[in-house]
Amino acid sequence: MAGLIVRRFFQLILLLIGISFLVFTSMYIAPGDPAAIIAGPTATKSDIDAIREDLGLNDPFLVQYVRYISGVLHGDLGYSYQTKQPVWEAIMTRFPNTLNLAIASIMVAVIIGVVAGIISAIRQNSWLDVSSTVFALAGISIPNFWLGTVLILIFAVNLQILPVGGLDHPFYTVEGMKQLILPAITLGTGSAAMIARMSRSSMLEVIRADFIRTARAKGLKERTVIWVHALRNAMIPVITVIGLNFGFLLGGTIITEQVFAINGVGRLMVQAIAARDFPMVQGSVLLVATLFVLVNLIVDIIYVFIDPRISYD
Amino acid sequence: MAEALLRVENLVTTFNTAEGKLSAVRGVSFSLQKGETLCIVGESGCGKSITSLSIMGLLPSNGEISSGAIYFEGTDLTKLSKEELRRIRGNKISMIFQEPMTALNPVFTIGYQIREPLMLHQKLSKREAHERGIELLKQVGIPFPEKRMKQYPHELSGGMRQRVMIAMALACRPSLLIADEPTTALDVTIQAQILDLINELKEKLNMGVIMITHDMGVVAEMADRVMVMYAGEKVEEGDVASIFANPRHPYTKGLLKSVPNVDDEQYELEPIPGTLPNLNEKLEGCRFHPRCPFATEKCRAQSPPEFKVKEGHYVRCWLEKGVDIDEPAAAATS
Repeated sequence: MAGLIVRRFFQLILLLIGISFLVFTSMYIAPGDPAAIIAGPTATKSDIDAIREDLGLNDPFLVQYVRYISGVLHGDLGYSYQTKQPVWEAIMTRFPNTLNLAIASIMVAVIIGVVAGIISAIRQNSWLDVSSTVFALAGISIPNFWLGTVLILIFAVNLQILPVGGLDHPFYTVEGMKQLILPAITLGTGSAAMIARMSRSSMLEVIRADFIRTARAKGLKERTVIWVHALRNAMIPVITVIGLNFGFLLGGTIITEQVFAINGVGRLMVQAIAARDFPMVQGSVLLVATLFVLVNLIVDIIYVFIDPRISYD
Repeated sequence: MAEALLRVENLVTTFNTAEGKLSAVRGVSFSLQKGETLCIVGESGCGKSITSLSIMGLLPSNGEISSGAIYFEGTDLTKLSKEELRRIRGNKISMIFQEPMTALNPVFTIGYQIREPLMLHQKLSKREAHERGIELLKQVGIPFPEKRMKQYPHELSGGMRQRVMIAMALACRPSLLIADEPTTALDVTIQAQILDLINELKEKLNMGVIMITHDMGVVAEMADRVMVMYAGEKVEEGDVASIFANPRHPYTKGLLKSVPNVDDEQYELEPIPGTLPNLNEKLEGCRFHPRCPFATEKCRAQSPPEFKVKEGHYVRCWLEKGVDIDEPAAAATS
């Protein structure tokens, strides 16, 4: 296990260097001059040149990249071109919102997805199975901006039982939870659908296994057969899907954050790209990539606890 | 005569499939006494396993017992509710399966899986069940039982896993053990050990054993009585000595001839030509007639009843009475 973590750590460093290079290059060759945007529409050419010189944008590409990456390796993500705020600080003020939303959404997704998937597997071809399949298809097909807007219309505008948006209360307060409900459902529906499909097919395979027949032959209650003997085996591939979805959610979700006016990492990234705020874009992308790798590492570690046949030593 | 441990009467098991209702077991009757071993033999697909799953109440969801009765210790299992049947399973009637490699749950320890029936049926505490589990593993000849309790199935060999299955099946001292080809997937040396173990435990617990196999060697080793099944029907039944010495049904003779004989160099294997009929095939007369070298017009037209060869030895074949005889005196079934 320790070997796995060390190996993954080195992989992560290589990956981040690669990603930072790609992002750096794409920002460098993209049209639009950050200096001009900072200077504003009324600035003179000499103002812009002064800003360019100040930001080091006149240096050769590789010099700029090496300067940036050595800063990152020393824990310095640089300063925002736009607000002059340290990038790390700016991201960290937004990240808790994204994290809360991601956790709430994945909880919604796992509870709905796993339960729906298992019920449709053990009642294969029943009306429950059919409705769960329809739900899954709808969940994958419905775009977030539409679902979010409709939920706001129903629960916030018409029924007025939940807030329209924002995420300014701590998640453990009643207000905070109320604010999380609609965005979590909006975001969680797609993941729930994927998890439901995966749970169903995985469960269908497992309940035909010989060891399930053995469990029944022992006289175990059907409940125990399904929720103890079958579930743990069926969850192995489902955990992968949950991990991937959680990784995506942690990357910030631009549309849902926009619809519910949540200041998260996704919105920060969009604003930074629009303003050609290179350090901010770089910093957020690196954070998202790191989180994605970490979530997958955690998934790999969870495997060991679910399936004793898996070992990394 | 005392009440038999198990008495199956006219068991008919059918499956609902896309091709309609198919009968996998067609009116099979037999009985089993305490301490007796009955071997059910026949080719794959002849209904042996379905017969045993019918007794266990473990038929697949599209299968059902459409008629007949299964008396176990005097109670008709077909009349019991699912819940009542569940209480008997793994407790009074146990079953071991063909595939030890996949029959144990890969994600739970041996200890967990062996404790389960003890805690469920005998209401033992976890600690008591653990102690009893160690004893059971010892009883089936597993070395270092304390260590094995903590291991997972993939850490054990096939033979060891089958021993664990047997230990698990015998945990609640059942009076009936059904073994569905328990040695087919094992090495020959391990096969003999497992068979000896089942025999030894049968004596010890005075269990009735139903052994399902297609291996006549296993039959010779284990059986007190033999029931030969073909295409869902019982074709011959008798004590092991008279089945081997005096097989009456052409199918039984065929099965015996398809066993290699190392003592006789001149001996040539004689496979039975053809294959089992499909379940949905409409066959008039004896179900074996398309493959039978002795089949006559009568065999093609009319299903044979059960004829008595001698006390305890019965056969369903027209040859037994001479095919030219119009009606048998002791017409019993069908």
